Amino acid sequence: MKYEAVIGIEMHAELNTKTKIFCGCKTDYGAQVNTQCCPICIGLPGTLPTLNKKVVEYAVKMGLACGCTINRETKHDRKNYFYPDLPKAYQISQYDIPLCENGEISFYVGEEKKSVRILRIHIEEDAGKLLHDNRFSGTLIDFNRCGVPLIEIVSQPDLRSPEEARAYLDALKAILECLGICNCRMQEGNIRCDVNVSIRPEGNEAFGNRVEMKNVNTFSGAVRGIEFEIARQTAVLEAGGAIEQETRRWDDDRGESLPMRSKEDAQDYRYFPEPDLVPIRLDRAYVEEIQSSLPELPLVKFERYWKEQGLTQYEATMLSTDKDKASFYESCIAVKPNLAKQICNWILGDIAKLQNQKHCLISDLSIDPSALCELIELNVAGTLSSTSAKAVFDEMVATGKAPGTIVQEKGLAQVNDEEALAAIVEKVLSENQGPIAEYHNGKTNVLGFLVGQCMRNSKGKGNPQLFNKLLAEHLNQ
Amino acid sequence: MELYEKMGYELRELMDKKEVSAREVTESFLARTDAVEGKLGSFLTLLPEEALKTADAVDKKAAAGEKLSPLAGLPIAIKDCICTKDVRTTCASKILENFIPPYDATVVLRMKEQGMPIIGKTNLDEFAMGSSCENSAYQKTHNPYDLSRVPGGSSGGSAAAVAAAQVPFSVGSDTGGSIRQPACLTGIVGLKPSYGSVSRYGLVAFGSSLDQVGPFARCVKDNAMLFDAIAGPDAMDATSARINRTPIAPNLKVGVKGLKIGLPKEFFGEGIDPEVRALIMAAAEEYRKMGAELLEVDLPFAEYALPTYYIVSSAEASSNLARFDGVKYGYRSPNFEDLNDLYFKSRSEGFGPEVRRRIMLGTYVLSSGYYDAYYKRAQLMREKLKQVYNAALDRCDVLLTPTSPTVAFKLGEKESDPLSMYLSDICTVSINMVELPALVVPCGMVNGLPMGMQLIGRKYAEETLYNVAYTFEQTTGLGWVCPTL
Repeated sequence: MKYEAVIGIEMHAELNTKTKIFCGCKTDYGAQVNTQCCPICIGLPGTLPTLNKKVVEYAVKMGLACGCTINRETKHDRKNYFYPDLPKAYQISQYDIPLCENGEISFYVGEEKKSVRILRIHIEEDAGKLLHDNRFSGTLIDFNRCGVPLIEIVSQPDLRSPEEARAYLDALKAILECLGICNCRMQEGNIRCDVNVSIRPEGNEAFGNRVEMKNVNTFSGAVRGIEFEIARQTAVLEAGGAIEQETRRWDDDRGESLPMRSKEDAQDYRYFPEPDLVPIRLDRAYVEEIQSSLPELPLVKFERYWKEQGLTQYEATMLSTDKDKASFYESCIAVKPNLAKQICNWILGDIAKLQNQKHCLISDLSIDPSALCELIELNVAGTLSSTSAKAVFDEMVATGKAPGTIVQEKGLAQVNDEEALAAIVEKVLSENQGPIAEYHNGKTNVLGFLVGQCMRNSKGKGNPQLFNKLLAEHLNQ
Repeated sequence: MELYEKMGYELRELMDKKEVSAREVTESFLARTDAVEGKLGSFLTLLPEEALKTADAVDKKAAAGEKLSPLAGLPIAIKDCICTKDVRTTCASKILENFIPPYDATVVLRMKEQGMPIIGKTNLDEFAMGSSCENSAYQKTHNPYDLSRVPGGSSGGSAAAVAAAQVPFSVGSDTGGSIRQPACLTGIVGLKPSYGSVSRYGLVAFGSSLDQVGPFARCVKDNAMLFDAIAGPDAMDATSARINRTPIAPNLKVGVKGLKIGLPKEFFGEGIDPEVRALIMAAAEEYRKMGAELLEVDLPFAEYALPTYYIVSSAEASSNLARFDGVKYGYRSPNFEDLNDLYFKSRSEGFGPEVRRRIMLGTYVLSSGYYDAYYKRAQLMREKLKQVYNAALDRCDVLLTPTSPTVAFKLGEKESDPLSMYLSDICTVSINMVELPALVVPCGMVNGLPMGMQLIGRKYAEETLYNVAYTFEQTTGLGWVCPTL
């Protein structure tokens, strides 16, 4: 029997506010353990939380970007459970009235546009981190992460394959980055997911029992985890077994999910309204202001780049999902709208290469968009060969000089004067009798070699198309 | 007359006239404490040296000609569920036996800003759960007017300390009557402020939506002075009211002419000792003679207040007390097998029976399947009660009721009967649920034991309560009498 997977994802994204959600402690990653905490975030008796309003603003941004309804009257709720990384023994979260709900986001999976409904987005606090160290007999706790603000983005079970899940995760990440509300560094745990997977016979309406997989900390891990679960559940069903609703833990190193707790052991979190905080009330103008200040979202960018500016889907994705690249691309096409394709080539080619060498953003390279456009135009007009253009680019980045100036100073302008080039062609022909003979014997690809020789003789300045034409004329005489 | 027998405002005047020093005042109360503490057991921790240091600093300021705050040099005691920096704060629980907070509660900071010498931390029912001070893990506190009787609770230590003149001032906390009932049973003035009038930051939470810190003193004026000092907005408490008040104490007025005083008949019915009822009615009659208008009012649903209160307060307590888990601070059982066992044993051994009972009750009413039947319905009833009280206070300026159904009961009398103990809160719990202010003032004696009446006002109208109480005190001459110990 063929099965279809049904997948829903809960993404926890850490917001990059300067301070924590309920106290003034910093949120910097990688600080010395237990140096970024205070009596409030470690839940000492008598302390009280006060809400960081930035957290609400950021979450509303995300909600609006995902087309959600914003609940302008909402509240915080306590989720009660015991665990050593949770010093108050409850997490301040949101239960029945999330800040944002009923949204939808669209993205492309290959050529196909896919939509996923967003059930809800709510705000909550992160827990601390348990450190297991063999040098000590017990477990140690780092409270720095306690109270770092999170948004939990819960999708409807609208995803049907690991590829779709990956595309969905990439799309959410692109939105978070575009809004500038999450650092999205997976290695720092900025984004963590719980993935719900069930399978059902293809064509069936009813969902199968779902398995919630926790501890999914990378997108590739999500894909592997989903693939593993689909295979595992398929095997169970095919062997005549049944899938129990349960919670499993993804072990990325072992590449498998392991049982954590069954439905019977499901925790009762005893949610109730947080009495230490007042309800959140947002006026219409506040929400409208955030709505009107939203940047252009990655999908809109993507479609513009792809459909209006003639970039390939791959190129449009690469630019639209990277805030830094998109921003530079936009400032370039603002100067020369007709050079979209070439600008994109530079960004994904030489500029990306340079970024890799320097491990930096384009904005750190301080490339003047109009200078890059000038350089491209010199190349397109034939004034500068592609080889020379690269040399001019390097010089441009190093010195900040204008391309025109560099071309003049270094005498790099392409030579298009046929008479001047003819002299070089004659010289090359006289020095390469062997290849000429080969050419006449039918090995016409030596032409390329001869063009290369001409370019060398012109120190890269000759127009290669003209060399080609002149050589062909000579050889075919 | 000893200094400790004088009211706080009188001592202020003497200090301002340089007739006594802050050190002399503090020493007088410390000596009194030394003499009577063995009989009363008001304090869990005494801080005589620190108190004298503060007094000396005040004297130095005075000598330098600096202007002193109204409460500078006047000693105070703090209920031991209010955090004091570097001073053990136990909540009268074994689980916090060695807990030393690295911060001051906002009310403590405000006392320190005033220059009040802190004499010590007072006894209470464990985590403020109780009405007799017998639920303390450390000691029982005795009523200064009859040592065989309870001082009331949970702020029994703070009330006894003031009533016995161990201190002129103290603070307690009130979740369902924990300031008012002991004030009533020890014959002093106690205020449960409107929810939000005083910051809760640093008060170890019991029922967060009900808790308020409030003042104890031997007369209305002193009580108002302390309220003036501790009330007001606090950025550390999101539920503190953002209202700025003018000081009440310097502007107290005598006069109730035309004032409408409501007598809710539900408070004078069954369960109230007839002699208590008669005393409260006599007080109402005094007001009428002074020109107030008495109105009988209805408070429908009032009979649901007690069960509703025990659902809400226990639910919140079960969550608030979950943090005492033996992991980070406080008591940890020495023998445990694994993490769950550590939680189980530390909490079973660290909490007393009443606290465990409320945690279980609260956990139950929040559990899935029971939430709607209990917690949710309690919240609805709470909203209903707010409407009922507000409607009554639309008709009246204040409500006048008994505070406690009986005078102070004997130690041990109700210890084994939690339900009868819960019933001693019947006149007070609803006020916390409706978030209104209530002031208790002495109104005479029943069988030689003090009794106080409860005045309930509109939200944030503490000033009205103080004026109405002040009028009674000044006109009748009833009030605190120094107990012979």
